[in-house]
Amino acid sequence: MAALIIIFAVYNTFVYTQGTSNTTPKMTALAIEGEKLYQTNNCTACHQLFGLGGYLGPDLTNIISAKNKGSFYVKAFLNSGIKSMPKFNFTEKEQDALVQFLTEVDQCGYYPIYDATIKSTGWVDVKYKNQKVNNND
Amino acid sequence: MRNIALLFITLSLFALLVGAFFGTLTGIQYVKPDFLKEVIAFNKMRPFHVSTIIGWIILCATGGIYYYLTHDLKLNLFSKKLASAHLLIFILCIIAIYISLISGNMGGREYLTYAPIISLPILFGWILFGINYFKTTIQQVQGWPVYLWMWGTGIVFMIYHFSEAHFWLIPYFRENFVRDITVQWKSYGSFVGAWNMLVYGTAIFLMSRIKNNEDVSKGKKVFFFYFLGLVNLMLGWAHHTYIIPTQPWVRHLAYAVSMTEWIILISIIMSWRKSLTKHKIEQHHVSYNFLMATDFWVFVNLFLALLISIPTINLFTHGTHITVAHSMGTTIGINTTILLASAFYIVNLEDKGHINRYLKIIKLGFWIFNISLGIFWICLLLGGVEKSIWMYFTENPTPFGEMQTKLLPYMYVFLVAGFGIFIGIMMITIPLLLVLMKRIKNY
Repeated sequence: MAALIIIFAVYNTFVYTQGTSNTTPKMTALAIEGEKLYQTNNCTACHQLFGLGGYLGPDLTNIISAKNKGSFYVKAFLNSGIKSMPKFNFTEKEQDALVQFLTEVDQCGYYPIYDATIKSTGWVDVKYKNQKVNNND
Repeated sequence: MRNIALLFITLSLFALLVGAFFGTLTGIQYVKPDFLKEVIAFNKMRPFHVSTIIGWIILCATGGIYYYLTHDLKLNLFSKKLASAHLLIFILCIIAIYISLISGNMGGREYLTYAPIISLPILFGWILFGINYFKTTIQQVQGWPVYLWMWGTGIVFMIYHFSEAHFWLIPYFRENFVRDITVQWKSYGSFVGAWNMLVYGTAIFLMSRIKNNEDVSKGKKVFFFYFLGLVNLMLGWAHHTYIIPTQPWVRHLAYAVSMTEWIILISIIMSWRKSLTKHKIEQHHVSYNFLMATDFWVFVNLFLALLISIPTINLFTHGTHITVAHSMGTTIGINTTILLASAFYIVNLEDKGHINRYLKIIKLGFWIFNISLGIFWICLLLGGVEKSIWMYFTENPTPFGEMQTKLLPYMYVFLVAGFGIFIGIMMITIPLLLVLMKRIKNY
């Protein structure tokens, strides 16, 4: 049991540090402000990031870099209240913060991942935006 | 002491009823987003459902453990005052969570949507429970059966992973989105594993009592499976996050650990075949029937969980309704059937005569619940397959809204089945509540 606890402690330390390290810059203050808005308005109830979250709205991981979408597209939706979107009243500054948050999420990676390599072992090598991560580790 | 345990269970059954009601409303909004949109939109309704159902699982498991320690195992509880404080803290936290959700003052993290400050007293309640549990059991029990280990480790890991779910409040985690979202889902995967320890420990306890055979809770094989479950709790969480760009070793390890659960699946199939030849147990037969239903739901959900833990399959199922089928299947199919078996076992011991009056309606409710859940589960799988085809196998994908419209036929059936689950839960839960409330009044 003691050995298991030590393994668990070492494992957690690695996950919290090297395991989740990447070359994406630290989130900016504006993006963190946007993330707070994303949370306090419970956007995750309907939307996903990296496929994690709700199912009523689309995944927003790459909404900023997607063809024919981007920041104007996002802003147009925010206060629209159309379809299943609640009627929000975000100020211009708040809209900028939300867009900045989504922009910085977009820089972290891809979802859905179309350029994946499927191996015979069942493993999948995924495409990273972050080149520091080595698939052959 | 018995009164505190029964209060926990009564409160949990109310939570199950209310949570299922919110679930039905959420289902209607999923199909008809305009329903109650101006009053309480989907983004505010869903947390009511999720928080209340988590409350059901935690409160019922906790009440059962208090009851079994003091009533069945005849142990003297270390402190009745601590148990009372634990109950009072959790009641106050439930009120605070509802106020937080109604007022819109939310932290907004998935599953823990309420204002994060409320987590502090919840954590304190868990610590009180832990002190009471270990001070009671360590002094009075030699050679712990596996359920005592499961309950003990469940409490300890719940305290750790519930705390870990709040690491996002620390700038070191928050400023790195990949680290933040990975640790968030690590903690969720593991604290679900922790409450599973409490619930599965309850299942093993019930099996040993109903079959009147302590072998179920002792021996090398039982402890081997406990150890396997514990390793999966600690290291297997990352199959939830294969898609997130973490270092590959995190995912390689999770893949390897997750696959060890095939051993559990094979063992279930073998013991299932053996159990077919055994006679049906007459005493506690309602609890026994619920545990048989659990057996079935464990089998189908574990099979699904194992499939979606294979990265190649996960690539296509992640972010689709197949993941929802997995989570709903485990919380409703496995956790709820075990906890209802536990509630019936306790009510049976407390006041057998009264619950027998409602046996017909309970049996009907049991079948409505299980059949509806089966249809509900299949609809989610089919919806997930449809979404996966839209994401990965369509050359020029239509807009998201059109894909959602295509899912509507499945979702209408899903809604009707969800309503069936709610009806079944009412037919099972209301008789339990009537007997329990009468019993509490008499103490």
